[in-house]
Amino acid sequence: MKHLIPECEALKARLPQGFESTLVLPCLRRVQEERGYVADGDIDALAQYLGVPRVQIEEVLSFYTQFRRQPIGRWHLQACHNVSCSLRGAGSLLDRLRERLGIEPGQTTPDGRFTLSTVECLGSCGTAPVLVVNEVYHESMTPEKLDALLEGLE
Amino acid sequence: MSGGKLITGFAVTATSHTLGEYRARGGYQALERALLGMKPEEVTGEITASGLQGRGGAAFPVGRKWSVIRPDDGETHYLCANADEGEPGTFKDRWVLENAPHLLLEAMLIASYALGVRHSFVYIRGEFDLAYRRLAGAVEEAYGAGLFGKDIFGSGFSCDVFVVRGAGSYVCGEASALITSIEGKKGYPRNRPPRLTVRGLYQKPTVINNVETLANIPWIIAHGAQAYRTFGTTKSPGTRLVSVSGHVTRPGVYEVEHGYPVGRFIHEDCGGVLGGRALKAVIPGGISTKVLTASEIEPHRLGHFGDCEDRRVLPQSAGIPHLEPLVFEGESLQAAGSSLGSGGMIVIAEGTCMVRVLQVMLRFYHHESCGQCTPCREGMGWLHRIVDRIVSGRGRPEDVDRLYEISRANDGTTICGLGDAAGYATVGILDKFRCEFEYFIAHGRSRYDGCLECLGSS
Ligand SMILES: Cc1cc2nc3c(=O)[nH]c(=O)nc-3n(C[C@H](O)[C@H](O)[C@H](O)COP(=O)(O)O)c2cc1C
Ligand code: FES
Repeated sequence: MKHLIPECEALKARLPQGFESTLVLPCLRRVQEERGYVADGDIDALAQYLGVPRVQIEEVLSFYTQFRRQPIGRWHLQACHNVSCSLRGAGSLLDRLRERLGIEPGQTTPDGRFTLSTVECLGSCGTAPVLVVNEVYHESMTPEKLDALLEGLE
Repeated sequence: MSGGKLITGFAVTATSHTLGEYRARGGYQALERALLGMKPEEVTGEITASGLQGRGGAAFPVGRKWSVIRPDDGETHYLCANADEGEPGTFKDRWVLENAPHLLLEAMLIASYALGVRHSFVYIRGEFDLAYRRLAGAVEEAYGAGLFGKDIFGSGFSCDVFVVRGAGSYVCGEASALITSIEGKKGYPRNRPPRLTVRGLYQKPTVINNVETLANIPWIIAHGAQAYRTFGTTKSPGTRLVSVSGHVTRPGVYEVEHGYPVGRFIHEDCGGVLGGRALKAVIPGGISTKVLTASEIEPHRLGHFGDCEDRRVLPQSAGIPHLEPLVFEGESLQAAGSSLGSGGMIVIAEGTCMVRVLQVMLRFYHHESCGQCTPCREGMGWLHRIVDRIVSGRGRPEDVDRLYEISRANDGTTICGLGDAAGYATVGILDKFRCEFEYFIAHGRSRYDGCLECLGSS
C-alpha cells in the first residue's frame, strides 16, 4: 500500500507536530477501501510508517465494527435494525433479505456476491428503514424497492 | 409553525450548501466581525450572555465550558466538533452537515478564535456518506478561499481544521472516548477529573461541542446575545433541531423554538400519528431519554394513563401526570421525569409492543458497551438476555424486578454515561408499561402480537 503514502503525507500537513497516531483510523480506512479488508502485512507497514505500536492497530481493528480482517462479498448490504427503523418495517425488510439471499446476517452468499449485516442506527431514522449498500444509503426502503435494488447488483 | 428559524431559515436546494450561496446568505460575516472587531474574551462573553446550552445531550452551558480556557495562557488548546451523531433516533447534525457545512466551519473558526485554538477537529461518524462528502468539500472550499490556514482576513489569526471519520462505535460520541479515538486508539472513555477543558486531546485543554451547538454561534455573534434571548424561553433560550421519526406522518428535522408544545408539534407540524392511530408513547430526545406516555404529553386531551388499564399496577415512581401540556424546554421535560437529550424524538403508535421496543434498545446498548467497566459490560448483557428470554416466551415472574435492580446498580458506577442511559431507558419503559411485561411473562406472548411496525400509507 506504498502508493497511499503521498496522500497520508498531505494529511499530515494539516495536523500539528507529533499527531502521527491520529492517522491510524484514516490510514486503515484507506487501506480497507483499496483492498477490501486489512491484511496482516498492512498492519506491520502502518505500524512502521506511523511509528505506533502494532498492538494499538490490532486493538483499533477489533474495537471498531467497520474494520474487517477478511474479504467479504462484492455487495455489502447493511440493514439498520434499531428502534426507528424497526418501527417502520426493518423486520420485514430483513426477512425479505434472508429469503432472497438465503443467508443470515453475518454471512456471505456462496458465490461471493452478497454479504448481509445488521447495523445500529445510521442517522437515517426519518427516512426509515435504511439499507446501506457499499457505503451508499438507500432510504425509505420497501420490499418492492429492495427487489429492484437487488436486480441491479451484479 | 414551530417558531423562529436560526439555523434552518433558508431554502434547501441542490447548491445551497456551497460556499458561494452560504456567503450570499451573509455567511462568514460573523467570523469577520469577530476577528476584526472583537477580542477573544468578548466572543466568549457574548456566548455566555446568550445562555446557549449544549445540544449533544447534557445541555451543559457553552459559556461555562469555554470560560475554563484562557486563550492567551500560551498553552496549546484544541477544539473538536462532535459530529458522531450516534444516539438512536437522532439525525439533526446530519442535516447541518449536508445542508449547511459552512455554518459549522464558520462556527468552528469563531470558537477557535475565542479559545486560542490553532488546530481544530471534526469527528464525524464513519457511516455518514453524503454528510462526509459535503463537509470535506466545504473544507476544501474554505481553504481555497483563505478561510482556513494562515492569517485569516489579515487578522493575524491562523487556524487549521482536520476531519476524522469514526469507524462504527456509539461510545465514541462520548466526549472523552471521542478524544481517545482522535488519538488513534480504541475508543475507551476516560475518568474525570481532570476535565477535558483541563486535559483533553493529547493531554492539552480541549473543548468539545456538538455540531448543532456550534451551529448557533454565528447567529449569536452576528446579532448579539440579547437578540438571541428573544427566542425560546428564559431558561432555555433559542431553538432546537428536533429529528422526528417512528410512527409519524411527516418525519424529518424541524427547528422548534423552546417553549413550543410537544403535543401540538406532533399533531400539527408533523401531521400526527401514522395511519390516524392513537398516540401511545413518545421518546423525547434519543433512546437514552425516558419514554413519555400520551397522557403525560397531553394531560388535557387524554384521560387514560399510559397503556396500562389498571392504574394500581403502576409503581409510585411512575410520576404524576402534570396538568400543563408538555413543552420543548429542559425544565418542562425534567418535570415529567425525562429530558430533551439529543432532540431525537421517536413517536410510537397505539398497538406497539413495548417489550419488543425495549428488546431492540437493550440489544443496542449490549452491542455498544465498550467493555471497560464491569457493571456496564456485565449489566448490558444481563439486561439484554432477560428481555430476550421474556420475548422468547420463557420469562420468569421475578424478571421485572431483576431489570430494575440491574438498571439501578449501573447508575453512577461507570466511567461514562452509556450504562446509565441504558438504565434510564429500561426504567422509563418499565415504569410506564410494566403491565405489558407482566402479561408477556404470564402468557408467554405479547399483548400486541409483538408488533413494532406501522407502515401507514407513505
Ligand atoms: C454514550 C454516549 C454517547 C454520546 N454520543 C454523542 C454524540 O453522538 N454526539 C454528541 O454530540 N454528543 C454525544 N454525547 C455527549 C458528549 O459526551 C458531550 O457531552 C457533547 O458532545 C458535548 O457537546 P455539547 O456541550 O455541545 O452538547 C454522548 C455521550 C455519551 C455518554
Ligand atoms: S434507527 Fe435506523 S437509521 Fe436510525
